[in-house]
Amino acid sequence: MSEALEPEVKTNPQGDPITSTATADAPAAQSGRKDPHAEAKKQKVVSPEYMFFEAPREREFITGSECAKEAVRRSNVDLSIAYPITPQSETMQLIGVLYGEGYVKEYYRGEEEYGVMSAIAGGSRAGVRCFTATAGPGTLRGIEPIASWPGHRLPAVAMFTCRVVNAPLAIQPDNIEIAYLLNCGMIVFHSENQQDLFDYLMKAFIISEKNDVTLPVGVCCDGFFVTHARGYCSMPDREFKLPARDPWRGSVPVLDAENPPARLSRDAPVQKSNFMAYNIHAVWQQEVWAAVERSRKYIDLYMGGLLEAENVEGAEVILIASGSAAAQAREAVRACKEKSINTGLIKIRSLRPFPTNELRKLCANAKLIVIPEFNYVGWLAKDVAAAIYGYSKAKIVAGPHVYGGMSMPVEMIVDEVEGGLTGKKSSTVPSSDIMGTDIDPAAVSHFMQNI
Amino acid sequence: MSLDYVKFTPGFDRFMPKEYRDMVEHGPFGKKTTVSQVGSFKEILEEHPMCAGCAMTLFIRLAMISFPNPEDTITVGTAGCGRLAISQAAIPFVYGNYGDQNGVASGLTRGLRLRFGDKPKDVVVMAGDGGMADIGFAQTLHSWFRKEKFTTIMLDNEVYGNTGGQESGMTNRNQVLKMAPLGKKFEKMDMLGMAKVAGCAYVATVVPNNPRRVENVIKKAVLIAREIGPTYIQAYTSCNIEYAIPIDKVMEDAKAVELDRYKFSEYVSEEAREYLADQYGYKEYMPKPAPALAKS
Repeated sequence: MSEALEPEVKTNPQGDPITSTATADAPAAQSGRKDPHAEAKKQKVVSPEYMFFEAPREREFITGSECAKEAVRRSNVDLSIAYPITPQSETMQLIGVLYGEGYVKEYYRGEEEYGVMSAIAGGSRAGVRCFTATAGPGTLRGIEPIASWPGHRLPAVAMFTCRVVNAPLAIQPDNIEIAYLLNCGMIVFHSENQQDLFDYLMKAFIISEKNDVTLPVGVCCDGFFVTHARGYCSMPDREFKLPARDPWRGSVPVLDAENPPARLSRDAPVQKSNFMAYNIHAVWQQEVWAAVERSRKYIDLYMGGLLEAENVEGAEVILIASGSAAAQAREAVRACKEKSINTGLIKIRSLRPFPTNELRKLCANAKLIVIPEFNYVGWLAKDVAAAIYGYSKAKIVAGPHVYGGMSMPVEMIVDEVEGGLTGKKSSTVPSSDIMGTDIDPAAVSHFMQNI
Repeated sequence: MSLDYVKFTPGFDRFMPKEYRDMVEHGPFGKKTTVSQVGSFKEILEEHPMCAGCAMTLFIRLAMISFPNPEDTITVGTAGCGRLAISQAAIPFVYGNYGDQNGVASGLTRGLRLRFGDKPKDVVVMAGDGGMADIGFAQTLHSWFRKEKFTTIMLDNEVYGNTGGQESGMTNRNQVLKMAPLGKKFEKMDMLGMAKVAGCAYVATVVPNNPRRVENVIKKAVLIAREIGPTYIQAYTSCNIEYAIPIDKVMEDAKAVELDRYKFSEYVSEEAREYLADQYGYKEYMPKPAPALAKS
């Protein structure tokens, strides 16, 4: 049948054809319609190395949600489970479009996030590649199962489009939820922009399934700033996809009854309070965090390192940031240059594992470190301060902080840099918390109280 | 693990784990066993830490003997007494989070179907009344509404046994328990009714003092869940500790409760009846021959 005779294709607002009503099995000739899965069936499996480093890329100007869709399209995902929450909903409904087109093999709308995260655990145990996404209150609703994924050694990728979680309920950008994810034992990346989101998601699937890692990966981004705004994203052709998950080779047997059965517990008291129970639980935790450590080499290999340093060598001031705050910090570096302040930027890509050694080296000679964040509590400042304590004499400014949906003007960051250097507090922004050596003990005590 | 697709090179089978060899050589793997043969073969569940006189353990043991394809069956559960026994069975068991069993089973079933197609990989949820009707209620109901193809079995002891005897949604009205100092103020939840409303293809109640009946309902439920839709079995499995039933009276209690509020009931959807008759030769569901015409 010629193209001209085909019925008009309905599209959603993003311009994607709506094909989910078509049955996968209906032969094209019989139904008189184009096989909705035709394109997906033609995808060729390429190695992660080819996909990430060698395949020619084309640049498109698209939203973060669309970047997530394009990443999943190329990631050979088996099972994806959706539940709506702003600002994530577009992402998972676009994954629904991929399901209609045959790029994702199984997909449904779950009952709520606890159910979704539980079902992702089931899917991962079955040995298939799983993807889901949520945001803010959804993350916290799902955190009980999420926090158990690493212990059960379940490879999967979850995307978190961060938003406000505290009362009063709001949908605005605020990445406080990352503070909860950091202690789950999963690997956590934070994307600055649309391009990062695309790249990190695809690389997350590969890193998650490495035999000596076998952990879930959370890929975070700041809601709206990344999900709803458009940015440039360079992508390999959609005819390529990553190799499928190969559960037969997994280091942890999947629950498909294809392995000789292992009794979960041979001795009843293992699940009760005694030395063996404590020991087993302790060993599991140690092993989870050891696996987080072992992921470093793959993050170096595929992502070019846990952090990215720009103009840090010899810089008097270093801005350390992750996510959207890194984009604002990059602008602040430019503004500081205009004021002749030698400022560098460290953008942290991987929050777990955390680039402790890298930071110790890079920050050794800095005078001032400023850490802008899109949340009230300053989780990144705490981690940075703990990492470089004893390795740097820099004064650390934990701020500026914006939260609840506020944007972060570049001037706020520049004010903190100037205030940090001169000791004069800015009159235009709320005072930040300061810590470091050779400063007023009262200021340090204030810092400790406020982080 | 099925014997159909893993054949060991003679001489190497002795390197397989002892537990697996026992299941093949002396247990139910690769052959049919029935409850009437109990005592003559190695069972999937042999050792357990449950209280003396626990009816729940008897039921779990019978249920595992009844699985139509034990070497390809995966069980899913949640916190509660039951998992202390289920986790010691020689078949895989998922012990995840509180009340997550029907969510986990949904993802597991779909994932296994993606990998193995129609080759049966039976997923069976076994959880307590609190885990299913209270904390796991939403996931249980939604898995039924979504028509997830696996079996859900409630081990109903009408109390939170493992945490020490608190009221659950399945406790009977007026029953005094911990957290219900003046007696429970509302009725036992009608999970059977809800299972039917939510579209389960098979719903049954059973008590453990009739092993053949337990075997019968478990087999049907697992087979129907393979192709037709969700199935639900609600089993009365008394807690002799919290309800102070003397060990030697546990079966008497089961009989009394059966007569009182746990009469055997079975709902089989039309589609499930046809399926059992066509695929597995269940005579009771075969179409009745047309009555011979009366002689004129």
